[in-house]
Amino acid sequence: MSAGFRTLLWKEVLRFWKVSVQTVAAPVLSALLFLMIFSHALSSHVEAYPGVGYTQFLVPGLAMMSMLQNAFANSSSSIIQSKLTGNIVFILLPPLTPGDIFGAYLLASVARGLAVGAGVFAATFLVVPLPVASPFWMLAFALVGSALLGALGIVAGIWAEKFDQLAAFQNFLVMPLTFLAGVFYSVKSLPPFWQAASHLNPFFYAIDGFRYGFFGQSDVPPETSLAIATGTLCALSWLTLRLLRSGYKLRS
Amino acid sequence: MTPAVEVRDVRKRYGKLDALDGISLTVEPGEFFALLGPNGAGKTTLISALGGLVRADSGELRVMGHDVIRDYREARRSLGIVPQEIVFDPFFSVRETLELQSGYFGLRDNGKWIDELLERLALGPKAGANMRSLSGGMKRRVLVAQALVHRPPVIVLDEPTAGVDVELRQTLWAFVRELNAAGHAIILTTHYLEEAQELCSRIAMMKAGRIVALDETARLLAAFSERVLRVKFAGCELPAALAAGASLAADGAWRLPVEGAAQVESALARLREAGARIEHLEVAEPELEEVFVKIMANAGEAAPVPA
Ligand SMILES: Nc1ncnc2c1ncn2[C@@H]1O[C@H](COP(=O)(O)OP(=O)(O)OP(=O)(O)O)[C@@H](O)[C@H]1O
Ligand SMILES: [Mg+2]
Repeated sequence: MSAGFRTLLWKEVLRFWKVSVQTVAAPVLSALLFLMIFSHALSSHVEAYPGVGYTQFLVPGLAMMSMLQNAFANSSSSIIQSKLTGNIVFILLPPLTPGDIFGAYLLASVARGLAVGAGVFAATFLVVPLPVASPFWMLAFALVGSALLGALGIVAGIWAEKFDQLAAFQNFLVMPLTFLAGVFYSVKSLPPFWQAASHLNPFFYAIDGFRYGFFGQSDVPPETSLAIATGTLCALSWLTLRLLRSGYKLRS
Repeated sequence: MTPAVEVRDVRKRYGKLDALDGISLTVEPGEFFALLGPNGAGKTTLISALGGLVRADSGELRVMGHDVIRDYREARRSLGIVPQEIVFDPFFSVRETLELQSGYFGLRDNGKWIDELLERLALGPKAGANMRSLSGGMKRRVLVAQALVHRPPVIVLDEPTAGVDVELRQTLWAFVRELNAAGHAIILTTHYLEEAQELCSRIAMMKAGRIVALDETARLLAAFSERVLRVKFAGCELPAALAAGASLAADGAWRLPVEGAAQVESALARLREAGARIEHLEVAEPELEEVFVKIMANAGEAAPVPA
């Protein structure tokens, strides 16, 4: 790990941590609002898994959704802000490698994701106690899920030339895919077509596997989910590194 | 000796515009080099290609012998660029900005040098201030400091004195001269030609993506500019013997080309013989501005017009 990489990672972590009310506390609050609304509206109707109440079912999904969305927001907004203000030159002029840049933005996104996830559990654990069936699966999916969206955020940040393009990426891709990834329901409850469609959504595996870490139950075996999520992460990382190496939209 | 900067036949197009149309030049270590040219000549594009911010379409660029693409890490370690545009990261203070920049270059414990930079650029009192709260000129000083955190052997200043007050301009030049004396090569772009004339030993002039002049400052001045005697007098007409090359300025003074002190003497003798009463007299040194204007005017016909 080069010193340049460590510095960039540190800077990226500081960047969100210095404004953590906005970058951590605010998303935790939205997750809590979702939790209150949906658990109130649906708790009497649904039991997703045997022995798991709807509110309990909801918490890991909401936590993961917040982690995914914030991991994406972290890298994408940092890169586009640097591009638009021009201070991206501070990163482009030093001898940082594409790997340094990729790794630093990715890990900072993971850090933000984990901070938000931890915040959601910290805010709910007194009201909604959760079992932890397997810390390993829980942690594995937290890391891979945040990394996946961190990488996607890097791609979006590089590609977008204006804030509204980034907002479009977020509103038309990231939001629908996270909302439809089985946060609020078990996809088993869906009609066969939508069930199949959900299985094409890589975020579904992150949420489903993460939930397994708590309840020991899931729609898809966690090994399969982890393999698919990790495979997607690898493919996306390969693409991101290629973009960074080619200088696409960064070194005109 | 390995040149500090070596640029060979570099081309860069933006659509139909040749921003760089076959640039070649070499800057030696320890040289103080000026890159001059009108707005849009391609100076910043060339500097950006050197720093890897812009990819040249063809040609080669090296910094201290390191190719800026193949050997980019070494090339960038050897290069410090002060960008033309004022940019900053509003999340950090002045000192944090410099510490981060040191870190990107793999330098830890750079505090002593950072302190010195802060002091030399008169930023000491602002070290803890957020970047956002700095005035424009102060932000530019931070950019200068940022370019120097890794003590690069090649320092490029892209219009560093635009918007900087007189006092700082002088401190900045004193500092840059010192760095130059310590062996750093300096490349400077500026639209203040007297700065370039005073500081730089060699000058390249660019126009429309091409180099239209490249020579030592003294030789450019000798070739394109002349020492003139400005003299205002009454009591007679200009003696015919002095008419060659003479011109009458708006204030009624004559400008007479002179090569050296002897010619000044003889011109004055002629005037006295003719019965002139001299009212005002000065010998004007050659000026780079004159050279610049002449070269740009000559290059006008040759330069390609972008479609
Ligand atoms: N990213 C870009 N896209 C399109 N054209 C560009 C781009 N960057 C520069 N140009 C054009 O290339 C030419 C050279 O620009 P450059 O910034 O290098 O000029 P300059 O010599 O630095 O001028 P100035 O003295 O105004 O700073 C200009 O015509 C400019 O409009
Ligand atoms: Mg310029």
